Amino acid sequence: MAYLDHAATTPMLPEAVEAMTAQLTVTGNASSLHAAGRRARRTVEESREAFADSLGARPSEVVFTAGGTEADNLAVKGLYWARRAEDPRRTRVLASPVEHHAVLDAVDWLATHEGARVEYLAVDAYGRVDPETLRTAIGRAPDEVALATVMWANNEIGTVMPVRELADVAAEFGVPLHADAVQAYGQLEVDFAASGLAAMTVSGHKIGGPYGIGALLLGRSHAPVPVLHGGGQERHVRSGTLDVPAIASFAVAGVLAAERREDFARTVGGLRDDLVEAVRDAVPDAILGGDPDPGGRLPANAHFTFPGCEGDSLLLLLDAQGIECSTGSACTAGVAQPSHVLLATGTPPDLARGTLRFTLGHTSTAADVDAVAAAIGPAVERARTAGLS
Amino acid sequence: MTDTPRPRPLRVLAAMSGGVDSAVAAARAVEAGHDVTGVHLALSANPQSFRTGARGCCTIEDSRDARRAADVIGIPFYVWDLAERFREDVVEDFVAEYEAGRTPNPCLRCNEKIKFAALLDKALALGFDAVCTGHYATVVVNEDGSRELHRASDMAKDQSYVLGVLDERQLAHAMFPLGDTLTTKEEIRAEAERRDLAVAKKPDSHDICFIADGDTQGFLASRLGGKAEGDILDEEGAKLGTHDGAFGFTIGQRKGLRIGHPAPDGKPRYVLDISPVNNTVTVGPAEALDVTSLTAIRPRWCGTVPAAPGTYTAQLRAHGGETEVHAELVDGELRVSFQQPVRGVAPGQAIVLYDGTRVVGSATIATTSRRAATQATA
Repeated sequence: MAYLDHAATTPMLPEAVEAMTAQLTVTGNASSLHAAGRRARRTVEESREAFADSLGARPSEVVFTAGGTEADNLAVKGLYWARRAEDPRRTRVLASPVEHHAVLDAVDWLATHEGARVEYLAVDAYGRVDPETLRTAIGRAPDEVALATVMWANNEIGTVMPVRELADVAAEFGVPLHADAVQAYGQLEVDFAASGLAAMTVSGHKIGGPYGIGALLLGRSHAPVPVLHGGGQERHVRSGTLDVPAIASFAVAGVLAAERREDFARTVGGLRDDLVEAVRDAVPDAILGGDPDPGGRLPANAHFTFPGCEGDSLLLLLDAQGIECSTGSACTAGVAQPSHVLLATGTPPDLARGTLRFTLGHTSTAADVDAVAAAIGPAVERARTAGLS
Repeated sequence: MTDTPRPRPLRVLAAMSGGVDSAVAAARAVEAGHDVTGVHLALSANPQSFRTGARGCCTIEDSRDARRAADVIGIPFYVWDLAERFREDVVEDFVAEYEAGRTPNPCLRCNEKIKFAALLDKALALGFDAVCTGHYATVVVNEDGSRELHRASDMAKDQSYVLGVLDERQLAHAMFPLGDTLTTKEEIRAEAERRDLAVAKKPDSHDICFIADGDTQGFLASRLGGKAEGDILDEEGAKLGTHDGAFGFTIGQRKGLRIGHPAPDGKPRYVLDISPVNNTVTVGPAEALDVTSLTAIRPRWCGTVPAAPGTYTAQLRAHGGETEVHAELVDGELRVSFQQPVRGVAPGQAIVLYDGTRVVGSATIATTSRRAATQATA
């Protein structure tokens, strides 16, 4: 088995499993005042402190959520509502067109139901937003911008955005910038304070932590309107009983991810480079998606377009040989659609159907790369016979 | 002699609709030792989330049911988008046939053009040996390796009629694990239950899958434009009333004529003929429906083409009975005469010829004759 879909989810770190299982047998609601509650709260707050520290954030800037999708929704909808409440003219939402659906669909929802005027920022052939594009877009009517949202690194093609520069531009106009950093976290140096972002999304299961836990890093001057109403936990921004085992485990994974990041990027980046070379050797006309410069893409990401193939066919053929990867694009009713990311980069729709995304992780080995090297040539040849139906 | 078990394991692509039959078929293929991959065909560009009523096979729920079954069986599962091909080859054909005054059977069309063409071709290209479906029919392999399609062991469930369009090549790559054994539907459901398949209790799909609410007339009206009022005539051409569009009628139809006044003989009247060119519908007594001969085009043979005229049994509808016929091939057109007159035969329907239980071939009915057959019984 060659598991090369770590961007979908990556195995939990043993330390994170240990932290989680240790807490599963401990009783205590972190909001309770008695001893059990105090014990739970201490675990949560110590986790929050370690977690915040690993991300260059203050503990009070960490809002735990039930995952990346929730954090994205909270940032996009919550900041929109809050900013519009302060000034009803603020209904412009600026977003990159290559966002994850958790952002994209939240933004679309605001347009459909909340009168948002959504403007998509142009991206280059690598899927990158130029800070000047953001400046021009905001500048058209700066007083009417509710928020801007641009992901830190793209989940499909791995392109890294110039987050700091984008945040500087947004700050010039006093516009809050949110970044979905789910894929960047653990692979790039992600420092919330240094980024200048108003809000930033991270997720547990992409870094070796558990499923169902994420966080919105939220600058202290921002108070998004809650999406979930209830007991007022997490700065009254995200109600719900705190998930102590998941938070403890997430923090352990987060701290380790930060500690091991450079080493991870070097090792996994090396394997990734080998994989890219192997695929290009086997299929010379394969097109590497995203930025070919290793400095401009996630170290664990390799994305290819294979002209004349359907990604689904390739997936089936590789799966049959124990190679697990992804087409990289989302499904509608289980049917692969041409990736919105590739379409945004100007890729023709027919070409955009023939994609594969290989994403490596902390359990990846040279044997995984060898498996792809051996299988990809014949698979592409066969998939081309099947063609584009 | 029979299809399974085979001497060597095959790479099999199991078409899984989300229903109980195709799920059990896939499970049986696995049990027979084959290397099976499940695939659900997305045939609707805008799938509905949930079934409306008990019919349909194009919903997201069906896709999920199929995936769930594949997971339980333990096989890989994919959804293939054949919506565009399905629209072109089945739905548009269906509409065009009705528009031309014929009564098409979209299930045959789907088997011929989608399941055993678009799907089979892609499967073969990807290295599969066969496509497996939940149809009740039997493939018999002769000693010389040639194949025959036969009725299912259980005549009550037999679906060889809708497979009558398959040619020898298509048949060579078809696998029908449900047709070989004498199994009732209840037994299939029990087997699904035993295999922990959640679709065990799912209602059967029926009618036309792309018309989710079952309202064929409404569907046709929406596709063929608003109401085109025309005349309802008797056999002599006298006007009896009006209708809202000739395409809304099927030969043999009795209900919904709304003529208002009874026939002189007081007997019910039936649709005898539909003329889309004049937008007229001709009605008459039941006896006038008696068809004694017909011609059929686009013959497809499940094996060798019959050289000489011969006597066969024929089936004219998906759930119709058998009738004895004499058939011959003249200039690529099938001429058929009936031993006993039959009713409710409409151009556009398929006639499937059988020799005993063996499917000989099929053709699309082009014209029918209500007088004693002459030239067809040469």
